[in-house]
Order: sequence, then structure tokens, then C-alpha cells
Amino acid sequence: MNRLVLSSLYQLTVTRLKLTLREPEAIFWIFVFPILLAVGLGIAFRNRPADVLPVGATTPQLVEALAADKGLHATQMDEAAGARALATGNILLLAVADGNAVEYRYDETNPDARTARIIADRAIQIAAGRRDPVAAGNRLVHETGSRYIDFVVPGLLGMNLMGSAMWGLGFAIVDARAKKLLKRMVASPMPRWQYLASYLLSRLVMLAIEVVVLLGFARVVFGVPFRGSLVELALICVLASLTFSALGLLVASRARTIEAVSGLMNVVMMPMWIMSGVFFSPSRFPAILQPFIQALPLTAAINAVRGNMLQGTELGHMMTPLAILLAWFVVPFAVAVKVFRWR
Amino acid sequence: MVRNRLDEDAFGTRTDAETAAVRIRGLHKAFGDVRAVDGIDLDVKPGECFGLLGPNGAGKTTTIEICEGLTAPDAGTVELLGRNWLGHGDELRQLIGIQLQETQFPDKITVEEMLRLFRSFYRRGITVDEAVGRAQLEEKRRARVGGLSGGQKQRLAMATALVGDPELLFLDEPTTGLDPQARRHLWDLVERLKQAGRTIILTTHYMDEAEQLCDRVAIMDHGHVIALGTPKELIATVGGEDIVEFAVGEKETAGPHSTASASADFAQGRLSTPPLAKDASGSAQDERAKEIDLQALKAIPGVQSHRVEEALHQLSVSELHTAVPRIFAALEEQGLHLSEFRTHSATLEDVFVRMTGRNLRDE
Repeated sequence: MNRLVLSSLYQLTVTRLKLTLREPEAIFWIFVFPILLAVGLGIAFRNRPADVLPVGATTPQLVEALAADKGLHATQMDEAAGARALATGNILLLAVADGNAVEYRYDETNPDARTARIIADRAIQIAAGRRDPVAAGNRLVHETGSRYIDFVVPGLLGMNLMGSAMWGLGFAIVDARAKKLLKRMVASPMPRWQYLASYLLSRLVMLAIEVVVLLGFARVVFGVPFRGSLVELALICVLASLTFSALGLLVASRARTIEAVSGLMNVVMMPMWIMSGVFFSPSRFPAILQPFIQALPLTAAINAVRGNMLQGTELGHMMTPLAILLAWFVVPFAVAVKVFRWR
Repeated sequence: MVRNRLDEDAFGTRTDAETAAVRIRGLHKAFGDVRAVDGIDLDVKPGECFGLLGPNGAGKTTTIEICEGLTAPDAGTVELLGRNWLGHGDELRQLIGIQLQETQFPDKITVEEMLRLFRSFYRRGITVDEAVGRAQLEEKRRARVGGLSGGQKQRLAMATALVGDPELLFLDEPTTGLDPQARRHLWDLVERLKQAGRTIILTTHYMDEAEQLCDRVAIMDHGHVIALGTPKELIATVGGEDIVEFAVGEKETAGPHSTASASADFAQGRLSTPPLAKDASGSAQDERAKEIDLQALKAIPGVQSHRVEEALHQLSVSELHTAVPRIFAALEEQGLHLSEFRTHSATLEDVFVRMTGRNLRDE
């Protein structure tokens, strides 16, 4: 065996990785859960083709005029049947012929019904021979990067970086403390810094797998854009992961039981899940909260990832979020090492 | 001493025979109001297997954890192999092997992986294969910790203490909670380490374990060492090689007789016995408590001492074969009916009982 394999830092890191990968639950939360979430959100917020609106009309002439527009699906029915169809939502609008005139019956509080009213009226007027004074043409644009899925994938990535680093470290450390394994380790000649460093190193290995799986899936299935440098994106992920690992270390530095550390974790992470812009822009929160929100590490991480992926911003232009992340790495790590309870 | 140590370090020599493997002086440690260790001085010689025996809470674990460098003492000094923890912590951790009470290794790691990890912490030591062999875990080397029995887990803990090929080994209650067969197995392991010349310090609250394994034993109680010597020497202090235990009257009626009142009676030199309700010779007179004439018993040649607990009388006896018939005769003479009678060779338990008036496992 060579020196690397015999070194204690290598052995600690490998042991850490093995223990993580041998927990089936961990595999689910780290790899499967973010993908399921991305799939769910991708389906719910997909860009649908414009809907064909169902409408009814009382005469064949009206049906013919309405059917000429691709945005409408017209059915002939008498007034009584039409009223029932309106009431049950089977049609959005009923066009009733009244001599030479036409009457539209619809619910003006329903946006789809209002749209149906505009399209139906246009179709009937054109069929009757109306000519528009201004010629108009359409070109349809579907820009990637502006969709909800493009917005939410960097948010999910940030959330995943935070969750896996904090849960991964917090539980493992407190478990080792509760089982007196920490005490046994420090009774041996093991350098203490290596024990803590092995958590950060094994986290980086897991991180590489997690990020590639989540972003690869988003790229292949949803075509999410990568406009910035991939190397810089990797650097952002590494920095964010170290930051959340340091926070996890701090949260786990004193707790003696899994229950205690779970509570602390939730207290720390809950505000960030809500306010840091995972699912919607943090600008929806009042201005008075903005300085606080912008100073949160998850906000900084997500801002940096969105800047890279969606806008292609270079690291040099994202110094504020990077500095925030760095501060959240250095300070909690230093405090954690200082107050860490080894037994 | 200080100069000595520096010399040793400069030449990198190992401990020589004159240096105590462990030297403890004036050790104190309190946790809040509880004085866990209250003034302990001990010397453990190289190659010796030294036992700290005592009930739970006697201060054994605190003492051994101070020796292991896990707990800082409030006062006093500990020197291991001529070095102290203040300046030589890293060096000492390389030289000692430790097995702690209640360490749980992760369930999902294998025996081999755990040993490889621990081996990586030591500059010198034995191979993982050797450690597996010494702990007799060959069939389990690829098994996960979660699938090991209690005894196998304890042997794994022992193996992690051995991978650094330590000169000095600390074992904190190595067999607590194990079944008799697993205990025997672990004893064999310790015996083999003794033969290999290791210095071993172990704590236990099993007197048979201390008698079996230890060259010398310190009996601890309430943070003090109350007796120190070889198991033989200590047992000799009981005054007789054998212990006779007997009870008079019927067993069912013996129950309510409390230890506290028994001790109080004992203090007065005379002792009441439970009424013999269903005795064939029972009469109105027998309803009242019968009394044993202790002086008559103590006068029997060979009977060294007497004590009573929960209506069970204990005599330490040196000439068992001549004393027993006389004890029978004396009780008969007093018109007492024996409900129980047995003898056993004196043990360290009897030493503890004699010195503290309590059993080792009383809480």
C-alpha cells in the first residue's frame, strides 16, 4: 500500500464516504429527492401550447365562423343546452344568434372566458367581412432561460447543497458523539483537525456526484441553459458546500442528541428555505427584510448560481455573494473548531 | 524525574525496568459536588496486570480516563512510561492502547475497515491481519459491526487498542454485559497479552475477573483506594480462607428483617432472629425473637469474624473442617434451627464487603 492509502486523513475520508453511501436514506435525500422535485415542478410549471377554448353557438353559420379560428372549438347547441354547458364549464361562451345581431353569454370574471369573447367576436366579424385597417403578423418566441424551470433549478441546487451538507455533517457528528465514538477517536493519536477535515473532504466528493446528477438531469430533460463558465460554476458549488459544511459543523459542535441537532438544523435552515429565493424571488419580501435576506448564505449561493447559469455572469462581477459565502465559511468554521465537544 | 524523562526522550529509549509504567500521585477530580477521585496514589510496574476493582461510582472510570488523557485532573499528577500528559500528549497517545466503556462503532463499517482506520493513526504497530488474529476475529473480518455479537464487538474494541502495538493498555470494564462464554474468551485474550509482557490496567466490578487476571488489585470506594495488594494478600486480610454463611429460622420469615436493623443489632453485639413460626418445637415462647449468642460463635477456634446482612450470617473461618462441626454444635446448643447453610472460599468480594459493609454490586 502506498503512503496515501496509509495516511489517516485518507482513511478517515474513505470511512466517512463508505458510511454515507451505506445509508439508503441518505442516497434518497441526496440524489433522488432533488430530481423528483425538479420533475414535479417541471411538469407543474411547463410552458403549455395556447389552449383551444371550447365555445357553443346556436346556428350552423355561427359555428362555421367560430371554427375558422384555430383558437376555438365550436359546437352547435340550443339555448337551453348552452346554458347547461356554461353552468357546468363545458363551454366558456355561448354565441346566440338574434336576427342579424349576435349576443355573447359568458362569465366576465373568468379570464379564459374573456379571451374566448375577444376571439369569438373577431372570428364572427371577419366571417361577416370585416377588414382590419392595420396589417399585423405574428412571430412566436419561446426563450429558454426565462421559464420557471430555469429559475427553479439553481434554487434546488442551492437548497440541495445546504441540506446535504448540514444534515450529512450534523447527524454523523452527533451520532458519533452519542455513541462515544468521538471520545474513542480523540483517545487515539488521530489529529483532531483531520477528523473535521475528513467531513469536508468527503462532502466535496459527494458534492461532485450530486451536482452532476441534478444539473445533468436538468440539462437533458428540461434543456436548462448553462450560460456561464462550468469551471466557475464548480467553484461556486465548492465554496457553497464548504460554507454549509462549516455551518453544519457549528450546529453539531455541542449537541449531544439527534433530537437536539435536528431542532437546531431546522431553526437554521427554515428561514433560508422560505426567504432565500429557492422557489420564488426574494424581492417579494418587504424592503425592510432585504438586507437580512441578502446576507443569508443560501441567498448568496443561489444568486451566484443563477448569475452563472442564467446570465453568464463572471465570478469577478459577483464579489458580493462570494464574499458573503466566504464569511459564512470562515467564521462558523473557526467558532466550531473552538467550541467543539469531543466527548 | 524530570531530568530522567528528558534524557530518555533525547535518546529515544523505551521505558526501563525501574521506571513505573504508571505513577499516580495525589489525584483529585470532582464533578460538581461529587468527589469522583479523592486523593489517589498508585504505582503500576511494567509488565504488570493491575486491576481497579470497585462498585459503580467508585471512581474507577474517572481514574482510568485521567490516565488516558481524556479527563484533566483537578489536582495531582499522572506519569505514564515516564511522561506526563502536559508536554507529551501526542507521544503518549502513540504508546498506549485504549478500550473505553460503551464505545459503539458504526454498524455499517466492517471489522477490517475499522482496524485499517485505527491503524492509520499510529506511526508504528502491527498489521491489520495481526490485529484481526489477536482478537480472534478471522471469520468476522469482512462482517459489519452491526452483525457482531457483544463479545465480538468487545474484541474489536480490544483490537483497535492493539493496532498501535502499545506498551501500556487500558481496559475499562472489558467484560461488562457479556455472557460467561464471551467473558472467558476475553480473559484468554488478556492472559495472552500478559504473557507477551504488556502492562495492563483494567477496571472491573467483577471480583472473579480481578482475581483471575490481575497481578495486583486496588479496591476503590467513593474515590479512595481502600485496599491494595495481590488478590491473595487482600483475601488474606479477611482473616480466613473460607466463608460460612447461614441463616436460622424459616426462610419466608427472614425477608422483613432489614439490613439497617441488623447492623444496628450487630453494633450492640447481640442479634435477634426471626420468629420460628412453624417449628415443630414451637411454643408461645418461640413467638418472641430468638437471639444468637455471638460470643459463643466467635469463641470457636478458626472463626475470625462475623457479620450479618438480611438475616444471613457470615463467618470468616480459617480451619473449615474443624470449625464447621463446632458451629453446628453451638447453634444446636442455643436451640436454633438452621434454614440455610453454605460455605465458599473467600474472594475479593468478601474483602470489599468486610471493608465497606456493602456488596460490590449494591447501589
